Amino acid sequence: MRTRTGSALAALAGTAMILAGCASDVPAANPSASGSAAAGAGTGETSSFFVQADYDNEMGLRSATATGPADKPWEQALNPTNADTAKYKKAGPYNLCFSNAGVGNPWRQVGFKNMQAEVKLHPEIKSFQVTDAESKDDKQISDITDLLGKGCDALIVSPNTTATLTPAVEQACAKVPVIVFDRGVNTKCPVTFINPIGGYAFGAAGAEFLTEKVKPGGNILALRILPGVDVLEARWGAAKVAFDKSQLKVVGVEFTDGDAAKTKTIVSNYLQRFGTIDGIWMDAGATAVAAAEAFEDAGKPFPAIVGEDQQDFLRMWQDKKLTAVAPTYPTYQWRTPVIAALKILKGEPVPNPWKLPQPTITDANLAQFVDPSMPPLHYAMCGCSDLPGYPGDWGGK
Amino acid sequence: MTTETIAPTAQARRGRWGAGSIWPVVVILVLLLVAIGIRQPEFYDPPALLAFLKRSAPLIILAAGQYFVIVAGDFDLSVGSLVTAEVVIAARLIDGDPAATGPVIALVLGFGLLVGLVNGLVSTLLLVPSFITTLGMYLILVGAVYTWTGGSPRGALSEEFRMFGRRGIEGVPWLGEIPYAVLILLVLAALAVLAMRSDFGKVLLAVGDNPRAARLAGGRVAGVRTVAFVISGCCAAVAAVLLGGFGGVSFQVGAGLEFTAITAVVLGGVVLGGGRGSVVGAMLGALTLQTLLTLLNLLGVAGALASAVQGLIILAAVAIGGLRART
Repeated sequence: MRTRTGSALAALAGTAMILAGCASDVPAANPSASGSAAAGAGTGETSSFFVQADYDNEMGLRSATATGPADKPWEQALNPTNADTAKYKKAGPYNLCFSNAGVGNPWRQVGFKNMQAEVKLHPEIKSFQVTDAESKDDKQISDITDLLGKGCDALIVSPNTTATLTPAVEQACAKVPVIVFDRGVNTKCPVTFINPIGGYAFGAAGAEFLTEKVKPGGNILALRILPGVDVLEARWGAAKVAFDKSQLKVVGVEFTDGDAAKTKTIVSNYLQRFGTIDGIWMDAGATAVAAAEAFEDAGKPFPAIVGEDQQDFLRMWQDKKLTAVAPTYPTYQWRTPVIAALKILKGEPVPNPWKLPQPTITDANLAQFVDPSMPPLHYAMCGCSDLPGYPGDWGGK
Repeated sequence: MTTETIAPTAQARRGRWGAGSIWPVVVILVLLLVAIGIRQPEFYDPPALLAFLKRSAPLIILAAGQYFVIVAGDFDLSVGSLVTAEVVIAARLIDGDPAATGPVIALVLGFGLLVGLVNGLVSTLLLVPSFITTLGMYLILVGAVYTWTGGSPRGALSEEFRMFGRRGIEGVPWLGEIPYAVLILLVLAALAVLAMRSDFGKVLLAVGDNPRAARLAGGRVAGVRTVAFVISGCCAAVAAVLLGGFGGVSFQVGAGLEFTAITAVVLGGVVLGGGRGSVVGAMLGALTLQTLLTLLNLLGVAGALASAVQGLIILAAVAIGGLRART
């Protein structure tokens, strides 16, 4: 009996290690969360990811006026400085190549649909070759090498991680014009780097909304997905700056792993513990509906809440008349690299870096973005309604 | 079984406090409930208490399912990924259409049954240790779901589907709302207790205690072990309906649940390796674990510590169980 128990236990411990690697996103350490939770108030220490200069730059870009057509934000640029592309000029038709980090979340799925549709708009694109790295650095490095052997006229890269992909991008720069978007790389060799303003602007938009809508002294619960991811750290970093300046009381900073049930349980527990929560800040909106439902299920009034531009949240916002705001990290940025690649191959100047506007959905423009015919996880700020195949290709009816 | 050869005094001692007894977990649960009562008296308002039971129901059901497998000497590591798979499949097939709710719930339960059956047959007929079988099933389900969805769930659950995990019978005097999840839990708990009192339950315990003796005594070892896996699969399917209802579609919904369920079972005094422990203990273990996590939250302990606490419980419960078995 005892030996069987012993061997079973050893086996259990072994599997625990295996499964922990792939099933659990529980952070190993989270100094900011434990610090704030222990104090019961406040936002914890400033993360090592916080870079003051980047923060200041993004705060400046939020009020910058974009150049370019106002109805096509994916063609607009903030404070552009143009890169000369005359040396890349060549006659069409073109072979475009794209090394994608992955399509492992709804945001990337919507974005990739946008990009494929954008390609269809341009008859001068003869072929569009895509590789999917499935969120693996090593696969993306070999993907880029493979693509370089396939006669690409220009290469678009959406890097899986910044540092690891840098050498592969440098290798590609030596052969073809390279366009990088979304996450960046640590090299200046791409012809242009395209992305929206960034995480600080995103985080600040939500936090500032709460400081306006929640009365001084009100309880704020901050929900984060997980620590240690640069863009998410930036979002929280900027929110922390806004909360620290305000009269609001941040009663908790919790990690949800992006899990709706876990989010709902956390919010329910805080409601039980504090009686009222006046504002919910989130670093990404995927579980905003679950957070709001926790108030509904507990029979409490909805708080002021920060979500994102996913249809399920926008619909709930409209139906239940929430006090809400949705900062966006627009998926229309997936259209821009194709446009940039064609400009480069035609020798036209392109902005570098190409900073796209990063709009926020508010009560004033909510109605423009709610669309009951689109699937619940669709990102509304896609700039895709004029694209071929819409709405069917995006899962709409 | 083994206890029959032991002197009555020792048997009595083991019966009340020894390995497999439910009393230690009852004591822990009472202490935790007292601690919560001191920290947060409102916890005992009937609606708050029912809401807590509603949130605990999926884990208690999973623990009950896991109990049948563990008490027969096996493990089921596939339940977490099965829950995720079920929720993702249900969302994709329902896609917001209320009319699809009934057939999809039937399909979800059928799929849980099928996965349990495969786990059971591979473990018993092909003689693959259940640990490996269900680990393989875990990986197969994770991979299949990822491939099918491209890494992100599509579609939506209907309000009718979500009702079971989210809503309840409203307007009950004094209690407020009686959640459907709690009613489902009560029915399944009663069925589980009845199953363990039946001949099936007795053979299952005998198989876990000593499979060879059980076989020689004429017990259908392979049969009852397979049924145990089927029960675990079905419990995971019910838990998936409740969890999907409670939180909505998510790719994370089942992550780590297999270990939470095993922790709960062990905490409930059930001996890993099989043969001892009761299904009531396993369910109380799950309730105790949820109570502990709630208390940790009330005390302001960071969420990440919860997994460390869970690990400590597994180690402590098994170590203490081992010591008790020796006395």
